[in-house]
Amino acid sequence: MRNRKITPYALVLPAWAWLALFFVVPIGGMLSLSLTTGNVITGFEQSFAVGNYVDAVSTYWEQILRSLFYGACATVLCIAIGYPVAYWIAFKGGPYKSTYLLLILLPFFVSFVLRTISWRFLLSDNGVVLGPLKSVGLVPEGFALLNSAPAVILGLAYNFLPFMILPIYAVLERMDPRMVEAAHDLYAGRFQAFVRVILPVSLPGVFAGVLMTFIPTSSDYVNASVLGGTHNTMIGNVIQTQYLINNNYPIASSITFVLMGLLLIGIFSYARALGTERVMEVHA
Amino acid sequence: MATSTTSPTPEAPPATEPAANRPAITLNGVVKAFRSGSETVRAVDGVDLAIEAGEFFSLLGPSGCGKTTTMRMIAGFEEPTEGTVLLEGKDVTGVAANHRDVNMVFQSYALFPHMSVADNVAFGLRRRRVPKDQIRTRVAEMLDLVELGHRAKHRPTQLSGGQQQRVALARALVNQPSALLLDEPLGALDLKLRQSMQVELKRIQREVGITFVYVTHDQGEALTMSDRIAVMNEGRVEQLGTPAEIYERPATRFVADFIGTSNLVRGVVKGRAGDHWKVEVADGATALVAELPDTVTTGAHIHLTVRPEKMRIGTDAPGTDVSRVPGTVTETVYMGSSTHYQVDIGGGEEVTVYQQNASGSTLVAQRGESVWLSWRPEHSYALSS
Repeated sequence: MRNRKITPYALVLPAWAWLALFFVVPIGGMLSLSLTTGNVITGFEQSFAVGNYVDAVSTYWEQILRSLFYGACATVLCIAIGYPVAYWIAFKGGPYKSTYLLLILLPFFVSFVLRTISWRFLLSDNGVVLGPLKSVGLVPEGFALLNSAPAVILGLAYNFLPFMILPIYAVLERMDPRMVEAAHDLYAGRFQAFVRVILPVSLPGVFAGVLMTFIPTSSDYVNASVLGGTHNTMIGNVIQTQYLINNNYPIASSITFVLMGLLLIGIFSYARALGTERVMEVHA
Repeated sequence: MATSTTSPTPEAPPATEPAANRPAITLNGVVKAFRSGSETVRAVDGVDLAIEAGEFFSLLGPSGCGKTTTMRMIAGFEEPTEGTVLLEGKDVTGVAANHRDVNMVFQSYALFPHMSVADNVAFGLRRRRVPKDQIRTRVAEMLDLVELGHRAKHRPTQLSGGQQQRVALARALVNQPSALLLDEPLGALDLKLRQSMQVELKRIQREVGITFVYVTHDQGEALTMSDRIAVMNEGRVEQLGTPAEIYERPATRFVADFIGTSNLVRGVVKGRAGDHWKVEVADGATALVAELPDTVTTGAHIHLTVRPEKMRIGTDAPGTDVSRVPGTVTETVYMGSSTHYQVDIGGGEEVTVYQQNASGSTLVAQRGESVWLSWRPEHSYALSS
């Protein structure tokens, strides 16, 4: 009997050890690092200096807000593009559903950084997009997309689009087509059936998609550094610079925690607003 | 005051009278062809039906016989390739499902998981912009009818299968459609629940008086609930009639096979004997048949069908006023209330006989014993196979 009681705990032990080693220890280390003073030459001293956080927020509030804004824009863009794509594949894909999904994932066999750099060619001042537009005079000669906020947001939306499409597709694909027929049977036209039945039932997929795009986009630094130039830096760039160039670990760690805290607050209030129990229920 | 009540109201001619005589649903030569690869499959192949208002009508047949496609064409989810669909005499071919005055109960229930039971039921009324207070009372009434008033605020996922089924029924019925279409609604329920829901459905249909069109592959369900049944096979209606007509007098070999258990015996017509026809079956035994189709004449080879419970089995030779066939018992199966015998009647034919165990559990005959089978002339029919 004793052994039986221990067995489940013994089985879960590797997972706990993994979590402790690769999640709890690093995050604890980073938390203690964020509360130190000093520099990389003289060493860091555990001073429990909360001032690091004050410094982080007061110096970089602009980048923090910009990151959340870019992340939100990219997420909205992902929903606007991803939902129709997921809908189309799920309901009109027929026997080629998995082919279409593969096509969406195909670019992701190429390195993330490389894909982002290739957007520099697409968006360059006389590139494939702006070149023809300028030559027919639709766009003024001096117009540039590169090194601007829209370029960063476009890059973010492009890079994280599949993370929006896949969860929405998964929910739509599982949906009982009879349920949509039931809506039509109960006098709902195509629009009413979509708004009253398909959309609300697919919200858990949108919810998952938002989590999977908003968190990585708002903490991303590659897109801003490749496509954003010098005036559109995001908080990810700041963290990178502070860690790897300035070696100011205390400030870098405190910004990291500020960002993490903001994202957690955002996600929880978002889940609250949408009603997690409803989300869970539809999933079950 | 008194005079005004006696004066006839000008805008009340008996407009509903002719509607009562008109069939609720009419199908005229309906064909549905599906393209499957390079070939076309005619899932429904020329169906003509007139379903009367207020009747409980079943479409019965094996899977793939076209019964569900037929129903989906009535609902408006499929358009017929040929032919027309009429609801209360009005041609609705080509009219979208949301503009048809019929409602459907789906096999998978297809309830809206993000809405409460009450909101599910109110869905159709809201789309039709029925006033709010009226919606509230009608939804409450309907939930009471299906005995789910106390579950109005629950989500469908919190209910049992049988309860979800009743919500689906209420959601359709609350709209007071001219006909309710039910697509194997009890298919997902277990046997006990299915039997109690059969009684329940019949009660509800009597109470609301709406035409029910019921699709099922379960002959028991169709026989117990229906006013009339259309037995379908390979996209066509094989036989249309009351449950008793279909069970007692199957028109085709398919119907005889599909509904209940039937014995099929090959025979040759030998001529008339008094009121009956004499048919030679098996190895020269004589069966008597009350009537034969007009097309059948002496010398014709036919198939006779006899229900197992209409046959008598005994060791004494029966009289000459009944069909009498000798045979050998090959198997006996004790079933409690009855015993089933397999009897070899020669000529390579075997029949099944059900004998009620009225007096104790004694077997009429053991395996290997010689017996006489007999049945009355009016209990066997010739089939147009």
